[in-house]
Amino acid sequence: MSEKTLTRMDLSEAVFREVGLSRNESAQLVESVLDHISDSLAGGESVKISSFGTFGIRDKAARIGRNPKTGEEVPIQPRRVLTFRPSHLMKDRVANGNKQK
Amino acid sequence: MIRSELIQKIADENPHLYQRDVERIVNTIFEEIIEAMSRGDRVELRGFGAFSVKKRNARAGRNPRTGESVAVEEKHVPFFKTGKLLRDRLNGK
Repeated sequence: MSEKTLTRMDLSEAVFREVGLSRNESAQLVESVLDHISDSLAGGESVKISSFGTFGIRDKAARIGRNPKTGEEVPIQPRRVLTFRPSHLMKDRVANGNKQK
Repeated sequence: MIRSELIQKIADENPHLYQRDVERIVNTIFEEIIEAMSRGDRVELRGFGAFSVKKRNARAGRNPRTGESVAVEEKHVPFFKTGKLLRDRLNGK
């Protein structure tokens, strides 16, 4: 595995190469895509990107947690968490690409 | 929201772009993430989250119907960890 870390910059560079826009505008478009996905999720709506995966929201009930260091009981408020379910295509490509390395 | 609705929203905000270019832009972003993970790379998008690859070790599985033991090979699976900012936004912070 090469184990590099890509960032927004690499995504906007890919957009820059693919479509003839300025680097600046490419970066803004990457940001817009992430913003729209975030807004949708923050509004309680799931986001389903075909052949990529589904971002969904789950409501977690309140429970009593424990501080592992002190053993003290702390209430954990009900909260919302994000789940990502990769598409079959993504799972297959990731599995195949990383085989026997 | 689905992929086509996302593309439409971006197109509406950028009337100077052709619809087909907006499609290419959105598709490129998702494609780039999948390609990175296929190479074993991580994609870290601060405030949003990080896509990474997790290794699942080989194990002895069992056919639930017959009870027969089968060897399951080592494999790699995609994983997403939500960023702090987005996690807070989900909870109205």
